[in-house]
Amino acid sequence: MWGGSGAVRALTRAFGRRRAAAALLGAAGDDHADLSFQTGVRGTLQNYNWKIQLKSSSTLPVSLTEIKSSMLTMKRLFSTSHSSVDSKEMKKFQLLAHKWWDEEGEYSALHSMNDIRVPFIRDTLLNMSSNYHLGNPLSGVKILDIGCGGGLLSEPLGRLGASVTGIDPLEDNIRTADQHKSFDPVLAKRIQYKSSSLEEIVEESMETFDVIVASEVVEHVADLEMFIKCCSQVLKPEGSLFITTINKTQLSYILGIVVAEKIIGIVPEGTHEWEKFVPPEELERLLESHGFSVKTVNGMLYNPFSGSWSWMESTSINYAMHAVKSGAQGQTSPTDALSEMESEQPSATAGTTL
Amino acid sequence: MVGSAMAAVLGHDIHFHDKKIALLEAGPRKEYNRVPECYSNRVSSISPGSATLLSSFGAWDHVCSLRLKPFRRMQVWDACSEAMIVFEKDDLDDMGYIVENDVIMSAVTKQLDAVADRVEVFYGSRAVGYTWPLPSHSCDTSPWVQIELADGRRLQTKLLIGADGHNSIVRKEAEIKNIEHRYDQSAVVATLHLSEATDNNVAWQRFLPTGPIALLPLSDTASSLVWSTSHEHASELLTMDEEGFVDSINSAFWSNVNHSDFIDTAGAMFRSAISLLKPSGTAVRQLPPSVAKVDPESRAMFPLGMGHATEYVQHRVALIGDAAHRVHPLAGQGVNLGFGDIACLAHHLSAAAFNGSDLGSLKHLLKFETERQRHNVSLIAAIDVLKRLYSTRLAPLVLLRTWGLQATNALPPVKEQIMAFASK
Repeated sequence: MWGGSGAVRALTRAFGRRRAAAALLGAAGDDHADLSFQTGVRGTLQNYNWKIQLKSSSTLPVSLTEIKSSMLTMKRLFSTSHSSVDSKEMKKFQLLAHKWWDEEGEYSALHSMNDIRVPFIRDTLLNMSSNYHLGNPLSGVKILDIGCGGGLLSEPLGRLGASVTGIDPLEDNIRTADQHKSFDPVLAKRIQYKSSSLEEIVEESMETFDVIVASEVVEHVADLEMFIKCCSQVLKPEGSLFITTINKTQLSYILGIVVAEKIIGIVPEGTHEWEKFVPPEELERLLESHGFSVKTVNGMLYNPFSGSWSWMESTSINYAMHAVKSGAQGQTSPTDALSEMESEQPSATAGTTL
Repeated sequence: MVGSAMAAVLGHDIHFHDKKIALLEAGPRKEYNRVPECYSNRVSSISPGSATLLSSFGAWDHVCSLRLKPFRRMQVWDACSEAMIVFEKDDLDDMGYIVENDVIMSAVTKQLDAVADRVEVFYGSRAVGYTWPLPSHSCDTSPWVQIELADGRRLQTKLLIGADGHNSIVRKEAEIKNIEHRYDQSAVVATLHLSEATDNNVAWQRFLPTGPIALLPLSDTASSLVWSTSHEHASELLTMDEEGFVDSINSAFWSNVNHSDFIDTAGAMFRSAISLLKPSGTAVRQLPPSVAKVDPESRAMFPLGMGHATEYVQHRVALIGDAAHRVHPLAGQGVNLGFGDIACLAHHLSAAAFNGSDLGSLKHLLKFETERQRHNVSLIAAIDVLKRLYSTRLAPLVLLRTWGLQATNALPPVKEQIMAFASK
């Protein structure tokens, strides 16, 4: 007879391994009010500078076609001399390119983020569409996955039926992603990967995609405004843009860099630079000024003990955003952008009162 | 049975709409539209939870249209004392159903046919080799499980579910440890006919020092026998003539030869103490029906054991049913544990499919393992303790179990807990 609870425990794998205290969750929730107050102030200052720039440029009387052509030249200019891709960032990720598919390894937090970001994308798109099949919910949807890395997000989206184009400036990442999907006959058909920057595909992909996904990418981008402009160009009218990224708050500095990289090491050291983190207010304003309307902003919280993500109200650390490109017209109409700016003003200052 | 039901559940799941499922079945195809007159000697006690699972993909309707016998009451008593426990549903709900395994298989097969475009069944197939993928993806080897069949065909899959019984080859090939123990008992099964027609809606079980004997209703006039006893006695029971066999069964249910005055007195005192505290009294003892004859050719025996796999899952592998756990038949839980595994695994796989996840990923497989081990281990341990506790004539232990059973019988909340747990 194998009596006693010791024997029972020996019979099984430790039950508790996935259990974890939600202590961090509680702490984050309490702290965030104070911290985001400070963020608010910084946020408005930045917005202020930025608004002036926008005003000076948008008061020029330019026709739509002129804007388009000037943007094209700009793009060509950028793709050679100046790009949204940051070469320093690329070196960082090159070293880790082969680690993408280790679920318990360096990118485990990105693997588990799929548990909330895939349903977020799926359910948002299901809500917007009138005819879908639950067994194949994203069937027929053309998705561009920007900064696809090893294909961690492209593959689940492909399995849900979408036809996915994944781009990443780093060739090693694309090689890993291509290799990984090649064993799966279903994914091999639905996904194509391309080693390229966003700017490089703009010309050939004008208004091509129903959906753009840029997950954990914009915090690594060198020129965010241009990045968003390009997104708008390759997206069909009324297409959706999904962004997940990390906020620029003291809390995100402490948790995202000090704790995650230096203390518990769930993210490789040097992955993030706090200066490049993007506050949701700024991202929202950038999007609105490029003809997007922001539909949803959700806070996300990672619990490193359980290795799982959950949604939360506060966007003080990580957040996900869904924006829709406005219909055929008015995409970059300067007056529209301006009036949107002004109507946005109250909510910009609202940040400070938080 | 468990493997076929697993395939049918996934085949009927909307989120598995464009997935390909292969079922490797060693046996031939079994299906009938009308049940044979004779009852099969292999029956299962199906809990309401298992019935719900079978309904979820439409198989329960077929079971109902073929043959089943609901029971409303379960009486368990001790051969060494007057102690007994009665489980009963207050309302008119059924406590469970006695169903022939062939009927379940036939119903599941029908529902597999309905999704033949998604589930391909390889009848009479045998796997001769498994190639496991490396846990982390490396560049040049296949990341799937590869299976070689005896006829030379090769399959590859993202997830292999092992439902190949308590001698599971999948478990051995995957090098998953199994804690097992062979009981000093064999089970004798047979189809019996009663002396007279009754409602026959009670499942009876008496604990003899040699092992429990159970009489499970099949119809108003027929019942199924599951008698766990020593290997020698089991062989004797199989070879004796039909009359002797029937007499042995009746005396096993009726004889008081194992009673002792001391235990009887102690038990009676405890009972009167309970009736002081609880004047309304406890459920009354009923008498089991007497058996008149045994179906010729229906007698069979098989050895009993318990086993538990330390892990139910690995990268791209999951074990369900007897491959993961084997229990003594005394609680009639074997197949229900298996159906519980199916419901749990199907739930997690369905969610994974709807999230576009890799089905073989350990992430959701571990959730299945944790959930099921929590349920199964406690039940398996309880069954094992019961088996051992009732296999003795030692007076102190007999007294202990007598009082324990009497006390439990007098405590409806405890009984309800037990019933709720067992009917999952």
